[in-house]
Amino acid sequence: MSTAEGAITDEAFAPHPWTTASAVDVDRIGDRLVRLRLDVAEPFAFSPGQHCVLRLRAEDGYTAQRSYSIASDPADPLLELMVECLPGGEVSGHLHDEARAGDEFELRGPIGGWFTWTGDARAVCLVGGTGVVPIVSMLRYAARVGASERIRVCAVGRTRIELPYADELIAAGALVALTRENLDERVAAPPYPSELEPLLAGAERAYVCGSVGFASFAVRLLGELGMPTGSIRVEQFGATG
Amino acid sequence: MAVTRGFTGKRRPERPERLPPGQYDTGRDWPTLTAEATPDIAPEDWTITVDGLVERPHTWSWREAHALPGSTYFGDIHCVTSWSKLDTTFGGLAVDELLAIARPRAEAAYVMAHSSTGYTTNLPLADVTGGKAWLAWEYDGRPLPVDHGGPVRLLVPHLYFWKSAKWVSRLELMAEDRPGFWEQNGYHDRGDPWLEQRYQGDP
Repeated sequence: MSTAEGAITDEAFAPHPWTTASAVDVDRIGDRLVRLRLDVAEPFAFSPGQHCVLRLRAEDGYTAQRSYSIASDPADPLLELMVECLPGGEVSGHLHDEARAGDEFELRGPIGGWFTWTGDARAVCLVGGTGVVPIVSMLRYAARVGASERIRVCAVGRTRIELPYADELIAAGALVALTRENLDERVAAPPYPSELEPLLAGAERAYVCGSVGFASFAVRLLGELGMPTGSIRVEQFGATG
Repeated sequence: MAVTRGFTGKRRPERPERLPPGQYDTGRDWPTLTAEATPDIAPEDWTITVDGLVERPHTWSWREAHALPGSTYFGDIHCVTSWSKLDTTFGGLAVDELLAIARPRAEAAYVMAHSSTGYTTNLPLADVTGGKAWLAWEYDGRPLPVDHGGPVRLLVPHLYFWKSAKWVSRLELMAEDRPGFWEQNGYHDRGDPWLEQRYQGDP
C-alpha cells in the first residue's frame, strides 16, 4: 500500500546522515515519561514503527546515544518521541530532568525496516508500557489514510498515568488492559485470551513490542490463540538508559 | 555537530579504550533484542549444518558438536544499539573446527548464518575463520539462556552483535555477498564496531 502523503513505501529506508533536531515541546507526563516534539533540520521519510537514534553531545565532545521509537505520523511536520526515564539513565535521565524547549540534539534515522506497518496487512498489536510508542505512529498513520479498520491494538500498562498515550489509545478504540488499577468496568488484570480473541479475527500479522518479559508473555499468548509464530514481529527492549 | 545544553554525561567509561565509538558500558546488564518469537529448542533437537560452497556438506548433532575440540572466548561484545559488555566468557566451538571438516571451496568468500527462526545474517568468510568466531553454548560457565540464543548461537565478537545469530542452525558458504535479515533492513553488511559500520552507507 502506498499513499500520496507521508512518503510511505514498503521499501526499507536506509538511515540518513546525522542531522540536528531542536526541541519544540518538552512535556513531562507523570513521574517517568517525557514527550519530545522535535523540529528536524533535515527531515527524513520513515514508516510507522521505525525508530531513530538520539545523540547527546557534551561541550567537551563526549557523546551518548540511544534508540527511540517514533510516535509521530510520518506526515507530522515534527518528530515525536516518548521516552521513559530509567533509573540512572544517562540519556533518559537528562531528557527527563534537564531538557527544555530550544535544546538541540543530534538525530539519525530512520532505523529498522522490519517492525513497520503501512496498512499492507491486517494487523493485531499486543504492546506493553513504552512498547506502545511505535503503535501510536501506526494508529495515527492509519487514521490519516483511512486504514483504521486494518489495525487492532491491545495495550498493557500498570496504571493509566504510567501507560503512554493511554487516552489517545482508548479514543482510537484500543483495548487498554491495566494490571494495577481498574479502568472503568474492567478489573485490573493482564489481557484475557477472551478479550484478545476478537482482535485476532482476520489478522494476518501480529506486532509485539515491550520489555523482554512482556514480549515473551505476548508471543506465548498470541501463539495460544492461533497466531502462527512466523507472522509475529517482535520488538523488545531491555533497560539501556 | 550540535551540543546539547546542560548535558555532561554520567557514566564516563572507566576503560574508554575498550569502547568503540558511540558505545557505552552496560555493566552487568545484558539487554536482549530480537526480531522474532523466541523459539524453544531442546539441545537434543538442535543441529548445525555447514553447506553451500564446501567440499563436504555436513550436519552435526549437539553430541557430535560437543565431541569436537571446544574453546572459550573471553572478551567484549558490542551491540549496534550502543551498549557494549566487557569481559564476557563464552564456551563452545570455534567455527574453524566445522570448516576444517566441511572444507570451504576456493570460491567461497562469504557466509550466510541461518537461524531456526528464519533469521539470517551475512558475513565475510574471513570474519568467521582464524579463531574469530564460535558456536557458543555456554555463557559464564552455564548453558546459554534461550533469550540470548540458546541452546547455541553464533559468536562473532569483533563485529556488532546482530552478526552473532541466535539459535544458529546453518552456515551457508557463498561466492557472492547477499544481505541477511537486518542487512536488508538498512544495517551494514560487515558491521565493524571500531569503524562504526552501523547502517548501510556507513564507511
